[in-house]
Amino acid sequence: METMVELDQLSKHFGPFVAVDGISLKVGKGEVLGFLGPNGAGKSTTMRMVAGFLTPTSGTAKVCGHDVEAEPVLVKSLIGYMAEGSPAYEDMTVRAFLKFIAEVRGLSGQAAAIRIEEAVAKIKLEAVIDRSIEVLSKGYKRRVGMAQAIIHDPPVLILDEPTDGLDPNQKHHVRTLIEEMAAEKAIIVSTHILEEVEAVCTRAVVIGNGKLLADGTSEDLLATLPEHDAIYVVVKPEAVDAAKSKLQAVNGVGHVTHTQRADGAVQIECMPSEGAQIIDGINSALREGAITTSEVYKHRGDLDAVFRQITGGGSTHA
Amino acid sequence: MRNIWIIAKRELYGYFTTPMAFIFIAIFVALTGAFTFYIGRFFDRGQASLETFFSFHPWLYLLLVPAVAMRLWSEERKSGTIEQLLTLPITTADAVLGKFAAAWLFCGIALISTFPIWITLTYLGDPDHGVIGLSYVGSFLMAGAFLSIGACMSALTRNQIIAFIAAAAVCFVFTMSGLDLVLNFFRGWAPTFLVDVIAASSFLVRFESVTRGVMEFRDIIFFLSMMAFWLFATTVTVDAKKAA
Repeated sequence: METMVELDQLSKHFGPFVAVDGISLKVGKGEVLGFLGPNGAGKSTTMRMVAGFLTPTSGTAKVCGHDVEAEPVLVKSLIGYMAEGSPAYEDMTVRAFLKFIAEVRGLSGQAAAIRIEEAVAKIKLEAVIDRSIEVLSKGYKRRVGMAQAIIHDPPVLILDEPTDGLDPNQKHHVRTLIEEMAAEKAIIVSTHILEEVEAVCTRAVVIGNGKLLADGTSEDLLATLPEHDAIYVVVKPEAVDAAKSKLQAVNGVGHVTHTQRADGAVQIECMPSEGAQIIDGINSALREGAITTSEVYKHRGDLDAVFRQITGGGSTHA
Repeated sequence: MRNIWIIAKRELYGYFTTPMAFIFIAIFVALTGAFTFYIGRFFDRGQASLETFFSFHPWLYLLLVPAVAMRLWSEERKSGTIEQLLTLPITTADAVLGKFAAAWLFCGIALISTFPIWITLTYLGDPDHGVIGLSYVGSFLMAGAFLSIGACMSALTRNQIIAFIAAAAVCFVFTMSGLDLVLNFFRGWAPTFLVDVIAASSFLVRFESVTRGVMEFRDIIFFLSMMAFWLFATTVTVDAKKAA
C-alpha cells in the first residue's frame, strides 16, 4: 500500500503545555483513518500541523513524501483540508467562495468552472450556490467546507469533524461521500462520534493527552475490551444458581457474574478467558442442563466502552 | 504575484459587498472637503493650489486608515478563516501582501474620489498640475505607510477595537515625531543621532515637503521602506500568533 501521510514523532508544545506528544503513524492510499479522542486530546492540533497551519515543535509530517516544513506550499496543494467548524468568508456567496478557492489552487477559467460544478453536484449544493454563506444553515456551511476541500481533487483529504452538527440524513450523505472517495485517496477524519468510525473508517487511532493510545481496525479496538465476545444468558431468577454452576464449568469461560434486570429476569454474563470462543460450549451446556433461557446473545462491546477504557473516562462495564 | 492578486481580489470583493466601502469613501470625501473649505479657508486664500487640501491628509489618515486596517487580520483570526486562508497553497507573505494591496487600493479609490476638488481648482485658476499630481502620489504613499502600521497592529489582536486604537496611537507617534512635542521628550537623554532618526521618521515632516511640491526620491524611499518594515513585521506576527 502506497503511504500518503507519514507522521514521525510529531509534537507540538504551546509554552509549557504539550498538546501533541510524539505521534507516529502512516496512512496509505485507500485508507480512511479515524482520529478518535476526547475534546482537547490533540486531534485538531495534529491535523493542523499536517495541513501546514501550525509548525511542529519537533518531529516531522510528510505528505506524499514531502516534508510539510520544508515544502509547505507544495504539501498544502496536495491536501484538501476542512478545518473544525469549516470557517469560510461569510460575506461571499457559495459560488464566489468556491471560485476563490479554485483560483488559489491554480484552477482558472473553464477548468475551474468544471471542477466547481462537479464539486457542487457531488456535495449537493445547487440549491444555495448563489446565497451568501452567512445565511446558510450549519449543515450547508459544513458542506461548503467539504466542497472547497475536494475542489482540486487532492490525493489527501483531512476533515476535522465533518459531521459535527449535521442531522442524520446529512451525516449519512457525508459518510457516503467519504466512502465514494476513499479508494483513490488517503482520508483522515476526526470525530468523537464513535458510530462514525464503524461506519466509514478502515482504521482508527485513539489519541488522549496528545499521545497515540491505540491504533487498529474497529474490530481490533473492540477486542481490547474484557467483555468483548462475552456471552449473556438471561434466565428466570429461580434458575440462576443452577445455570451459573453449569456455565462456570464450560471450557474457556473465565468468570461468571449476574445482574438483576428491571423486568425481573436475571442476566448472567460469561466472560471468555483470553481470546476463547465460548458460544458452542455454552449452547451445549444449556441444552444438557435443560436450562430454559429467554435470551442468549453475544456481546461485542461498543467503541464507547473502548474509548472510555483507553482514555481513562471511567468504568468500561457495559 | 498571482496569489497576491487573487487574495487582493477577494478582499476587495469583501469591501464592496457591504456598504462599508461606500460609507468610508463618502466620509473621506466629505471630510477632505469640509477641512479644505471651512478650516483651510480655500476661497479666502486666493491661491490656485491644493496645499491646504493635502495638509489635512495626515490627520484624516490618522483617523480613517486604522479603521480600514483594523479588520485585516483581527477578523480573520476571530472568525477562524485564517485557518482556511493559510492552509491554501500560498505563503504567509502572499496573504499579508494580498490583503495589504487590497486595502491600499481601496484607500487609493477613496483618494481618487476627491478629484472634483482638482477640477474646481482648474476651473477657478491655473494650478500647477505637476505639483498636484505629485502630491496625490505622496498622499497615496503616506496612506500605505499608515496602513502597514495598521495591518501589523491588526495582526497582534483578534479584537478590532484594540487594533484600531493601537494603530491610531502608533500612527500618531510617527506623524508627530518631527515636532518638538515628541522630540523634547527624547532630547534630554537620548543621543543626538537617535533624536535625528526620530525626527527623520516623521510622516508630517516628510509630507510637508510633498505638499509643497518638492517631493524627493528619498521621501518615496522613506514611505516604501516604512511599508516594507511594517509588512515584514506583520508577516512575522501572523505566523507567530495564528494559532492563539
